[in-house]
Parts: sequence; structure tokens; C-alpha cells
Amino acid sequence: MLELRIAGRSYGQPVLGEVFATIERGDRICLLGPSGIGKTTLLNAIAGLDKTIPAEAIIGQEKLKVGYLFQEHRLLPWRTLSANLQLAGATPREAEVHLASVGLEGYGHYLPDQLSLGMARRAALARCLAVKPDLLLLDEPFASLDPVMAGELKVLIAGLLDANPGMAMICVTHDGGDAEILANRLWYLDGKPAQLQWDDVVGEPRLLNALLGKLRDPEGFGLV
Amino acid sequence: MSNLSSRPPVWSYWVVLPSFVLLWALVASFLKTPLLPTPLHVLDTLIRESASGELWHHLSATLGRVIVAFILSMLLGTAIGVVMGRSKTANALFDPMLVLLLNLPALVTIILMYVWFGLVEVAAVMAVVINKVPNVAVTVREGARSLDYRLEEMATVYDFTRWQRFRDVWVPQLFPYLMAATRGGLALIWKIVLVVELLGRSDGIGFQLHLAFQIFDVAAILAYSLTFIAVVQLIELIILQPLEHRSSRWRQPEATHA
Repeated sequence: MLELRIAGRSYGQPVLGEVFATIERGDRICLLGPSGIGKTTLLNAIAGLDKTIPAEAIIGQEKLKVGYLFQEHRLLPWRTLSANLQLAGATPREAEVHLASVGLEGYGHYLPDQLSLGMARRAALARCLAVKPDLLLLDEPFASLDPVMAGELKVLIAGLLDANPGMAMICVTHDGGDAEILANRLWYLDGKPAQLQWDDVVGEPRLLNALLGKLRDPEGFGLV
Repeated sequence: MSNLSSRPPVWSYWVVLPSFVLLWALVASFLKTPLLPTPLHVLDTLIRESASGELWHHLSATLGRVIVAFILSMLLGTAIGVVMGRSKTANALFDPMLVLLLNLPALVTIILMYVWFGLVEVAAVMAVVINKVPNVAVTVREGARSLDYRLEEMATVYDFTRWQRFRDVWVPQLFPYLMAATRGGLALIWKIVLVVELLGRSDGIGFQLHLAFQIFDVAAILAYSLTFIAVVQLIELIILQPLEHRSSRWRQPEATHA
């Protein structure tokens, strides 16, 4: 579906090095790595936001529709939830449906500032759905949520992925536990400039366990 | 801090202003000079000028100039300010001109416009616009610089059209700056318009003040000035404040989150 070829920046101190990967429909990728290593930079590059990374570096067979859940909700605070979803391309009817699918039925006329953090994040997730995305980019969707809310959101996202089998996902997270629930593929970004050190299918528990072990103990690079 | 910056309570206006009028009346009746007429005398002049239609004729002439100059300055100043705030090149090109114009006395612009274009309406309005545009541009430039890049990225990801980006992302963020420019603009513009009229027009409140000055008719000067202060306050009350309230409603959510 998407062939990712990032050659790194041509000037300055590059955060990202060379990144090559192929993303297929139905891929559920969890992107792990030390904080500050460039995971968000990689998401921005895939979303076409980083102008310092040449656009032709990212080759897609077709124009991909991307839904991006930023770390902050980035809903327009002066527009209602329904209006926010409509600006992303939903009809008023679709906006209600998408809001309902994230558990915000009947909240269309609310303003973002009237919502709790968890609700605002779900509303932003509904906006991702409004573009009928081929690729869902989630940047630390569970950060600063309490464990109960984070758990609910995990179940919600897993459910949305099951309901849309043609959709691919890349989810940035610090927590290997998220990967166990959400992912069928793991990326591990590390190094300076950062490269994909691992690109593995979670089907092999040995890899996941080793990766989780490394996350818990960064010094001991235990596997293979 | 917040107590100092917020507006004083309404009653203070109802106490301070009448006290001032009372003081004025006392001093005037004590001095008994035509150079300081009593408030009643000014009111009398006001009613006479109003009844003869003179007041309304000159008031509408001045108001017309204020409105045209205001609209032109806001449009031009906003466009220049946004471009300067978003582009370093544009800022480098325009900023020296802004510094020049900001420090140019209004009187100089007015005289130059009249000298170059004659004592015509266009010259009068242009002189006001040239004086006001730099202020608007500087204020709006600050707003354009503080536009939230995170919302820009969001608008890019979600393929906002140019119009959507303008209406839904930029204008709400620029609104406080536009309001500041509007407030400062009205206050400044009507003062400059009076000078413009005094120097080269044959109608308007500035022209009337000029006539009154020549015969030392202080009552007429005060009557015309007070009328215009009232008009500007009326604009504030019936246009600007409701507009501001309407557009900042999202800041005060009526209900806390569920």
C-alpha cells in the first residue's frame, strides 16, 4: 500500500536517517523507541508535514488518506465537535456516526474545551475516522490518561481496527504492553540519526519478549 | 493584577461623570465668562444646532469619512500585517516603511495629501488611511506571528481549503488582535478626521470647530465634541461589544464537561 523511503534530511543535523519499509493494508504497527529519538518526526514525515524531508521520498501507489491523532487533540476550540469533523470532510450525519463510534453520541454540539482530556482525545480520533483513512497515525494515544481511560481507549482502537480491516495503523507508544494488545507488527526506532532497528511481526513471541526486555533494560541488548 | 486590568464597575461612571459636570457648572457660574459656558448653556447650543439640522449635517459628514477611512485601513492593514507576520521577506521589505510611517506626524501626511492632490475628499480620506494602516499592520502582525503551528499542521493533514484555513483557523486566532486594532482605530481615526476637516474641508465637525474657534464660541466647540464622543461610545456599545461577546463565546463554555 505504501512504500516508505526516507533518505534523511539533506542538510543540518538529521534526526531521521534512512528509513525503508513497506506498509500493507491491515498492518497494525506499534512504533517503539527511546523518547526524543524521532518517532513523532517519522509520523510527521509520513503525514507529509515535514517539509525538510523531500516529498518524493515517500512513495505511495495512490494518494493515501491519512488520519492523524496528534499528541494534543488539536480540535479547533471555537468550533463544535460536529463542525470539527465536518471540516475534515464528514457530512453532518457522518459526523454523528463517527462521534457515536467513539462513545460520544449526542456530543456533536459540544465545544472541545467542554470535554475531559479523554473525551477530547476520542473526539480527535473520531475526526481521524471522518477522512475514511487508509492509514491511521496515532502519536502516543494513551499518554497522560489514567489507566482505566487508557484501557478503554485501547479496546476502542482495537475495535475500530477490527471494524476497518483495510486500514493500516502506526501507533507511537512507550509501552510494550500497548503493543501486545494492538500490534501485529513492531517497529523499533533507535540510533543517531535514527533508523528502524527492528521491523518484526509480533507473531514470534520470542522477538516481542526480547524487545520488551530491551525496553525495560536499555543497556542489555539481549537478543540474537 | 486582574482587578486592575478589568473595567471598573458601572456605578463609578454614574458617580464620577455627574460629579465632573457639577464641578464644571460650579466653576463656570462662579467665573461668569463666555470662555467657559455652563453645562446648561452647552446643552442649549446642542439643542439649537440639532433643531436647525446643522449638527446632523456635519455629524453625518464626519461619520461618513470615519467609516470609509476605517474600513479601508482595516482591510489594507490586516492584509499587510498578515503577510508580514507570515513571511520574513515581506517583513524585511515593509518593516522599514512601517517605522517611517509610524513616526510620521499625522499633520504632515494631511498637509502633503492636500498639497499633492488638492483639497478634495479623496486626499482627506487617504491622509487618514495612511496614518492608520501602520498601526493596524503592526497589531495584526503580532497576531499572525502567534498563529498556532500545531493547528496549521492539523489543517494540512485534514486538507483544509484556503477558505477554511482562513475562516476557521486564522480569523478566530486573529480576532483579539483585530478587535484591538478596531478599538484603537476608531479612537485614532475620528481624531485625525477632525484635523483633516479643520484644514481642508467645508463640512464636518472639524470644520464647525474651526468656525467656532475663529469666533471663540466655546459652547459650540463643547457641544460638537460631546456629540461625537457620544456617537463613538454608541458604536462601542451597540456594535463592538456585542461582536466581541459573540465571537468569544467559545472561551466561556456554559457547562463544565460531563
